Amino acid sequence: MSTRTIRTDYLARVEGEGAMYVRLEGREVRDVKLRIYEPPRFFEAFLRGRAFTEVPDITARICGICPVAYQTSSVRAMEDACGIAIDEGPIRDLRRLLYCGEWIESHSLHVYMLHAPDFLGYANVVEMARDHGEIVKQALQLHKAGDSLMAVVGGREVHPINVRVGGFYRAPSRRELQTMVEPLERARETALATVRWAAGLPFPEVALDPEYVALADGDQYPIDLGRIVSDRGLDIAPAQFGEHFVEEHVEHSTALHSRVRERGTYLTGPLARYNLASQRLRPLARDAARDAGLGETCRNPFQSIIVRGVELVQATDEALALIENYEPPDSPAIAVEPRRAVGHGTSEAPRGMLYHRYEIDDDGTILDAWIVPPTSQNQRAIEEDLRAVVERYMDLPDDELTIRCEQAIRNHDPCISCSTHFLELTVERG
Amino acid sequence: MAADGKPTLAVWKFASCDGCQLGVLSLEHELLTLADRLEIAYFIEASSAPVEGPYDVSLVEGSITTPHDAERIREVRASSRSLITIGACATAGGIQALRNFGDVEEFARIVYASPDYISTLSTSTPISAHVTVDFELHGCPINKWQLLEVISAHLNRRRPRIRSHSVCVECKRRGTVCVMVAHGTACLGPVTHAGCGALCPAYDRGCYGCYGPKETPNTASLDSWSGLEDRDLVRIYRTFNAADGPFRRASEAHEATPRGGRDPLPTP
Repeated sequence: MSTRTIRTDYLARVEGEGAMYVRLEGREVRDVKLRIYEPPRFFEAFLRGRAFTEVPDITARICGICPVAYQTSSVRAMEDACGIAIDEGPIRDLRRLLYCGEWIESHSLHVYMLHAPDFLGYANVVEMARDHGEIVKQALQLHKAGDSLMAVVGGREVHPINVRVGGFYRAPSRRELQTMVEPLERARETALATVRWAAGLPFPEVALDPEYVALADGDQYPIDLGRIVSDRGLDIAPAQFGEHFVEEHVEHSTALHSRVRERGTYLTGPLARYNLASQRLRPLARDAARDAGLGETCRNPFQSIIVRGVELVQATDEALALIENYEPPDSPAIAVEPRRAVGHGTSEAPRGMLYHRYEIDDDGTILDAWIVPPTSQNQRAIEEDLRAVVERYMDLPDDELTIRCEQAIRNHDPCISCSTHFLELTVERG
Repeated sequence: MAADGKPTLAVWKFASCDGCQLGVLSLEHELLTLADRLEIAYFIEASSAPVEGPYDVSLVEGSITTPHDAERIREVRASSRSLITIGACATAGGIQALRNFGDVEEFARIVYASPDYISTLSTSTPISAHVTVDFELHGCPINKWQLLEVISAHLNRRRPRIRSHSVCVECKRRGTVCVMVAHGTACLGPVTHAGCGALCPAYDRGCYGCYGPKETPNTASLDSWSGLEDRDLVRIYRTFNAADGPFRRASEAHEATPRGGRDPLPTP
């Protein structure tokens, strides 16, 4: 029997270092691997012995694309350990506002600079700009709005400096936030245009059926906190994460793979959030989704580009509402006293759920750290997705099949730097 | 040089968080202007069509932590006319250099159930420990405007205007009240390399050293003023630039049991 291998040794337009490997024997898909070879950096090891106050600055460095996700999950976990929950009020609103900035920055980067070239047939955004100059200019303006919002609230766009356990070092004034109104209003228009544009792209018909897992936050679309829920009945507090999810170390990867105990593969991220919470989108975002032809759920990962557009509408619209209603807190942070305890924190990074668990000593020294990034949670689902794409498109010649496979991976916006504790693709046919 | 005579730029990644190369994409409108002036020939995070070397300018992000990467950086050097390191990982080893003060095998056992699958070096080292570097741009993350200045200086064959004085000077220029003098807040500003624009004091917190040591820092004097305990001083110097000479020596000076093991003093 002939063996056919499709491989990409260095996946482009993903954040971090990964590869893909697929092996076919005849018409049988024998092996599918998303290999992550990003070198390990051992964050959970060197966090031991550090002070509980250091987590937002240190864990931000796991990922330059979604530092606010790391900062938010980590400070919430530490506050939980110390018996504090900041679930409402101006400090919580500021956290959500900063997080909206990260969603706008990360989603606009992925939609236009990493994902759009796949649909339009370009190698990169600079090439795409030669034929689609206006679209790229709009994209850059959207990206800049996200960056600026992060800089106003967090001090800077990559590794913000203003986040601390208990709140912020300095709360921005109303006037500082007002400077963001006009750029965000323009960004919201661009986000609406993004949804309309993305809805017109050609999509292969692929429908997947993983378990979708996302946070649930009352009547709000989940961003910065919530219970962990799924479309198969899971509904747990963050503290129960370890009872329901397991991480396994597989040989082909420096990332750990996660699964739902008893059930298996699950997916977090924009599709999961949309499928579980589309009814909780703000009216403007819900209308945009409906006009784009999305139902209450979306199971085609290629259409995640539309869902990211919808989430861009959500994030810009919500940021404007938060700014409109903002009253600075009396104090930028509340005092947090350490105690011997375990704390848990979860939030919705742009590419999926991010869980942190810390055990600290009486004086706040970290005894143990456990961080489960979105891409390692999604890795099994991405591999299954790859398998489905190969089964459907195996009659394509190798080069076209390779492009399809790479797209199947990029659909999930994997962030490989994060998952290392975390990607490589090769397709082998036989 | 590309076929149309434009100089070529390559962006490389080693062990890192991607935040510094994101600085290139975050140049936004300036990115398109830059693309008019040079050809972005190799930038795997942004493009699926890499161009073969050699390259006129290579930007290198990340530190060397695996035997494979120690080989790869030599290939990058051999195919680059100018090599510029961007960020604390590439210039100082990054936060992953905290392994240099510990036991990497122990670290692997803590994080991975099957540490045997992991191929890693016992240290994280800057690019300059392996190959000749033409310019080092500090910061965790880098300041994207400084990156633009460094690239344009190289295009115009002039020296980049990057100051190596302390964050203190930036604070004075910005008109920020000194957090150490006015509020007694511990601050690494006097010993830290400028570049961030003295961000933290403007947000009522002390500098925590993202840009690494300035030239000729007097860490011992600052430490005696800080009022911090040894344990906290060790932590404050051991972050993103922990392995950079002056910060490494400062942290070791405050360590109760320096690396290599020293017995505690006998009680009289």
